[in-house]
Amino acid sequence: MPIVLSCESLEKRYGATVALGGVDLQVERGELLGLLGPNGAGKSTLTKIACGLVRASGGRAHVEGAPAGSAPARAAIGYLAELFRFPDWLSADELIALHQSLAGSDGGPAERAELLELVGLADARTVKAGAMSKGMQQRLGIAQALVGSPRLLMLDEPTSALDPVGRRVVRDLLRELRRRDVAVVLSSHLLSEVELVCDRVAILVGGQIVARGTPAELARPRGVEVETGTGVRSFPDAAREDVPRIVAELVSSGEQVYEVSLLASTLEDAYLEAVGAA
Amino acid sequence: MTGALIVARYALREAVRRRVILVVLVLTVGFLALYALGAAVSFDEVNTLAADDQLDERVLVGATLFGLAMFTTLFLGTVLGVFLTLGAVRGDAERGLLQPIVVRPVGRTSLLLGRYVGAALVCAVYVTGVYIAAMVITGITGDWWPDDPVGPGAGLVLAVLVITALSLLGSVFLSSTANGIAVFMVFGAGLAAGLLGQIGDALAVQTLQDVAEISSWVLPFEALYQAGLHALTQDTRGITGVIVQLGPFGGAQDAGPGLWLWSLAYLGLVGAAARAGFARRDL
Repeated sequence: MPIVLSCESLEKRYGATVALGGVDLQVERGELLGLLGPNGAGKSTLTKIACGLVRASGGRAHVEGAPAGSAPARAAIGYLAELFRFPDWLSADELIALHQSLAGSDGGPAERAELLELVGLADARTVKAGAMSKGMQQRLGIAQALVGSPRLLMLDEPTSALDPVGRRVVRDLLRELRRRDVAVVLSSHLLSEVELVCDRVAILVGGQIVARGTPAELARPRGVEVETGTGVRSFPDAAREDVPRIVAELVSSGEQVYEVSLLASTLEDAYLEAVGAA
Repeated sequence: MTGALIVARYALREAVRRRVILVVLVLTVGFLALYALGAAVSFDEVNTLAADDQLDERVLVGATLFGLAMFTTLFLGTVLGVFLTLGAVRGDAERGLLQPIVVRPVGRTSLLLGRYVGAALVCAVYVTGVYIAAMVITGITGDWWPDDPVGPGAGLVLAVLVITALSLLGSVFLSSTANGIAVFMVFGAGLAAGLLGQIGDALAVQTLQDVAEISSWVLPFEALYQAGLHALTQDTRGITGVIVQLGPFGGAQDAGPGLWLWSLAYLGLVGAAARAGFARRDL
């Protein structure tokens, strides 16, 4: 698949502070990448460099083959910042129209209606941004980021203010974007959300990627649990191939076996391990 | 250029929607009403005075009152220009308003230019309107009109555009509050320099004259105001001419076309500095 976002040895320093210490990362078309890491890990810096908001101190970043920050690169990007505000005097429809003008989109009213429908704000098109709840503003922000059909969507904590229904709307939207071959970089602290929708995850700590892979690759076996007539028995070092032997031994020793569970670590476990080890 | 126009239109809509213009207009109507009352009373008083062969009281009162109106117009235009631009870059970035716009392909230069054009347009229309209104009030109430009705108004507009550009430049580096304070202090410094120059001229103190001279190059808005004051009564001779050239809030001072050229070049330099600063700023 074509590479949409490419970072090579990307560095950013703020004085003596290293925000990014040589990050290599690639995101393919239609791929949903989860960017995880504790506060100050460099997630927002990486996102902002890709969007041309922050200048890299070293290395290279390209969007669709164009240097990050250049006009062609910005034309390919949709962005929702972690901390954002929209002019409170603009309605949802007016805000999207403004961004259509800025992005050079000729989608017109049809695009505005479609985007507001996608994020569940079809009934709020005339509501001013200042009168919206934080959750509505976040959904409006996602709609704004989608103006002009970007090939790469950079979302920095897009669901932090959303209720469970709103999060589900965003999850469905992200899956729809993947179907449309839009690449998405989702920076989030909500590991369960990332685990549910992302194809691949990169964990940043101290400006370095300390772990990467699919959620399944990052998860590790944590043994076997067997529910017997005398209670639950744990075999933390056992693997899938050990199950017949364990069951046979338990049965031969007179235990009654009701259920066998293969245990695997969650993304949260993998994250905590990566962050703790770094 | 299209991007700059989109941003300029956005800035104009912001000024209208936020009721900045409405508030300014209401307050300006109040100022003009007070000015009309003051002018009417003053000219009525002049009519009761015995005629003086050497001093034309009508010209003295008209030029002084209108000079004061010009200063007020400069101040109000400055307030408007500063408040429209003081948070245009760093202030908006700190509030998270700027980033979604900067990411768009319009570019930072267009964004800066658009914000300036929007604010400059509002200020230019406003200053021109208030200047003309004050001139008409003075003419109707006292039958006094400036010797040059166009030059001083154009000078005031350019002066406000210079201050607005400084405010936009400041917004690249300073937070909104710090920038507002800084620009008004710069405005006050220019005014003080003009007064020092006036004192220097009266007492023939070279140092004060030098300070005023240098200040007028560094902060040309004060020199533009002084040149405007001078143009008001440029054809008035005799004692009346000498007295009215003293002017309110800084003496009248002829400048010539060099000041206009320098002011335009100054705008370009300030714009270039703002562009360079904004291009390097991490958001």
